[in-house]
Amino acid sequence: MLAQLSSPKFLRAALPAASFTVLLAAIFYVQPRAMSYFGMNLMLQYTVPIALATIAQMFIITVNDLDLSIGAFVGLTACIGATLLADTPLLGTLALAACVAAYAGLGALIHWRNLPSIVVTLGMSFVWLGIAVLILPTPGGTAPGWVKALMGLKVPYVPFPIIAAIVIGLVVHVALMRSSYGAVLRGVGGNPKAVGRAGWSLLKAKMTMYAAAGFFGVLSGLSLIGLTSAADAHIADRYTLYAIAGVILGGGEFTGGRVSPVGAVIGALTLALTGSFLTFLRISPDWQIGAQGGILIIVLALRALINRREA
Amino acid sequence: MNASQSHIVTLENVTKHFGAVRALGGVDLKVHAGECLGLVGHNGAGKSTLMNVLAGTLSPDHGILGIHGADLSGRYNVKAAGENGIRCVFQELSLCPNLTVAENARIFHPTLTGFGWKRRAGNMIREKLDEIFPGHGVHPDNVIGDLSIGKRQMVEIARAFTSTGAPLHLVILDEPTSSLDAVTSGQLLDFVRKVVNQGLSCILISHVLGEVLSYCDRIVVMKDGLVVETRPGADFTRDTLVAAMGNVVEQEEIEEHERREIQRGTTPIVVEARSDAQRDGAALVAHRGEIIGLAGLAGHGQTRMLLKVYDAAMRKRKSLKVDGPVALVAGDRQTDGIFHLWSISQNVGVRSLQSMIRHGLIDPDAEAALGRAWQARIKIRTPDMNDNILSLSGGNQQKALFARALASDAEIILMDDPMRGVDVGTKLEVYDLIREEAEKGRTFLWYTTETDELYNCDHTYVFRDGVIVADLPRDQLSEEKILHSSFKESA
Repeated sequence: MLAQLSSPKFLRAALPAASFTVLLAAIFYVQPRAMSYFGMNLMLQYTVPIALATIAQMFIITVNDLDLSIGAFVGLTACIGATLLADTPLLGTLALAACVAAYAGLGALIHWRNLPSIVVTLGMSFVWLGIAVLILPTPGGTAPGWVKALMGLKVPYVPFPIIAAIVIGLVVHVALMRSSYGAVLRGVGGNPKAVGRAGWSLLKAKMTMYAAAGFFGVLSGLSLIGLTSAADAHIADRYTLYAIAGVILGGGEFTGGRVSPVGAVIGALTLALTGSFLTFLRISPDWQIGAQGGILIIVLALRALINRREA
Repeated sequence: MNASQSHIVTLENVTKHFGAVRALGGVDLKVHAGECLGLVGHNGAGKSTLMNVLAGTLSPDHGILGIHGADLSGRYNVKAAGENGIRCVFQELSLCPNLTVAENARIFHPTLTGFGWKRRAGNMIREKLDEIFPGHGVHPDNVIGDLSIGKRQMVEIARAFTSTGAPLHLVILDEPTSSLDAVTSGQLLDFVRKVVNQGLSCILISHVLGEVLSYCDRIVVMKDGLVVETRPGADFTRDTLVAAMGNVVEQEEIEEHERREIQRGTTPIVVEARSDAQRDGAALVAHRGEIIGLAGLAGHGQTRMLLKVYDAAMRKRKSLKVDGPVALVAGDRQTDGIFHLWSISQNVGVRSLQSMIRHGLIDPDAEAALGRAWQARIKIRTPDMNDNILSLSGGNQQKALFARALASDAEIILMDDPMRGVDVGTKLEVYDLIREEAEKGRTFLWYTTETDELYNCDHTYVFRDGVIVADLPRDQLSEEKILHSSFKESA
C-alpha cells in the first residue's frame, strides 16, 4: 500500500490536487476568515471562466497543438454576449455558433495544410481582438439576464464555483476519457499515424477537438460577463497563458495526448487561488504575476522530479 | 470455391516509386487461403513497402490488386483492407502510448462503441493475449507507455488477431519477434501455425531465418523491389536462402579496390571503441588512414556506435580511445545535416568557424573562399555558393555536407549512412574523394546499409543487436558473409 502511494505514477496523479490543497491550507492559515461560504465564493468566483478556457486549451493540447488565441477568443465571445446576444438573442446565438464553426475551420486548415498551430492561432488572436473591438469599441454592454442569474446562483452549503468546477470536470471527463470516440481523439495525440492506419479520419478528429475548444471558449466568455455584467475586448487577454498553465498544472503534457480534464479544472482552481493567496500576503499587484509564475515553477519542478524518479 | 477465390490476395505487376527511388518494380504475389507465407530480403528490398500496399496505407503507382478474386486496384485503402479481413502488424509499433491496452483495442475496431465498450474491448484483448501468450502479465487497464517494448509488441500482435464483425482472412506480421524473447516468440509462431491450419493466412516477414524456414509453407525472396524467388519452404536451406537474397558482386570493382588496399596495422590506432552491450570484448579498431565499414541490418547499433565515438572525442572521455578531432557526416540530411535557412557556403563553413575568425567575428571573405575552394574540389553544382542550401539537389546537398566535414580540421570522419537517396554519379565521385583523403591520412568510419559500398572499406565490422558479431578484413568480405552474420540462427 505504502509502495503504491509513493509510486511515481500515483504521485504524479495526486500532484494537482495536492498543490491545490496546500495552497488552500496556506490561505486559511494566513487569512482564517476566508474559510467561509462567502469567502470561498469570493476567492473562487473567477474559476468558472478560467476553468472553461483551460478545458478549451486542453482539447487543443490533446491533439498536440497549442492555442495562443483562446484569451482573445474568450474576449470576443464576451463582447458578442454583452451586445448581440443581449439585444437580439437569435443573431447573438448565430454569431456564437459561427465562432465555434470558425474554430473547427481552423482545425481543418491546420491539419490540411500541416501548419504550426502556434503560428495560426497567434495570427487569429489579432483577428478575434479586431472583431471584438469592432463589435464593442469601448468597454460596456450588458450581459443577458439569464447569464447573470446563472453565474450569481446561490447554492446552499457549497459555493457555486466549486459545484460548477465539479460539473465541468466530470462532464468533460466522461466525454473525453470514458467515451469510445474520446479514446480515438486522445489516440490522435498519442500516435496519429496509428490512428490513421486504423481507418479513422484525422481531419475529423482535429475538427472535432477544435470545435469543442471553440464551444468551451464561448462558454468561458459568457460565464465571464455573467460575473462582470459588462464586457471589454481585452477582458480575457490573460486567459491564454492561464489556460496553458492550468492544463500543465493539472498534469497534462504539451505533446502525446496525455491530458486530464479533472486535473485541468483543479489547475484552473489553483491558478485562481494563487491570486487570492498573494493578495492576502499583501504582495502588491505589480509583483503578483511574477509570484504566480514562481508558484507555477515550483509545482512543475516537483513534477519534473517525480518524472525523473520514474525514468 | 474456384481458383481465384482461394487466393486471398493477388498482386500483379505492382510498382511504387518514392520520387526517383524505386521501392517496388513490378511485384507479382499470390497469397492462398490457409498458408503461412514467409517474406525475406535485405534492407530496402521493398518488403515493408509491399506490406504497406497490402495494408492499404500506401497505394501503388501501377498494377493490379485483387482481393478474394475482385479487382480493387485504385479503390483499395485501410478501410477496404479492414472490411476484407486483412490486418497488419507494422514494424514500428502502431499503438498509442497514452492510451490503455483496452483503448488501443477500441481504436482498431470502429464498431466497439456504446455502453460498456471498455469492458468488452478489455475482455476481447485479454482473451486473445491469453490464447497467444499464456502468462503474459498484461492487464487491459495498463497504459501502453508504462509497458516494456516486448509487452507492447504482444499487445499489438494480439490486437491484430482480434475481430469484431468482418471475419479475419490475412494477418501480416512485419518483424513480429524483433522485441520478443525466445519463449514468447515460440508462443507466437506456434499460434500462427495453429490458426493457419484452421484456414487463416499469414505473411511473416522476419530477419530470423530459422523462424521463416521452420514455420512457413512458402517463402518469397525479394531484392531491389522485385520478387526474385518463390519456393516451398522445405526447398530452401539457410544457405540457399541467403544466396537468393544476396547479389553477385561485380568482381572487377573489388579487384580495383583491392589494388589500393593498405596493409592493416602499419599505422597507429586512432579509434578503439566497444559498445556497452558487447560481452566478448570485441572492439571496433581503426588505424590512421583506414576506411572502416560498419555493416549489418539497419538500426542494429551502428549509428549509436558512431555517436559514441563522437561523444568521446568531444568530451575526451577515457573509456574509448579516440585520437584526433572528429567530424560527422549525417545520413538524415534534412533533420541532422543541413541548416535550411543558410547559404551553401555557410553550410560548408560551419565546422571550420574557428579558423575563419578575425577580430572575434567570422571573416566573410574567408568563408566565401572556403566555399569556393570546396565547390571546385567536390564539384557542387550551383551557379552561386551564396544561394540557399535548399536550391541544391539532394545529392549536391550531401556533397556540401561532405565538404563541411572534409574542410574541417577533423582527422576522423564519421559517416552515418550518408549515401541514402544519392544518385550513382555523385556516389562514385564521393567514393574517390574518400579514398583520396584516406591516403592523406584521414580515418573514416562508414556506416552503410548498402553492401556494395563496403567494398570501398579496408575493414568491416558487422553489427547485430547493438554488438559486433563479425570482423571481416577486406579479402574475406562478401555479401553472403555479411548476411550470415546479420541474421540470427534462431531467436
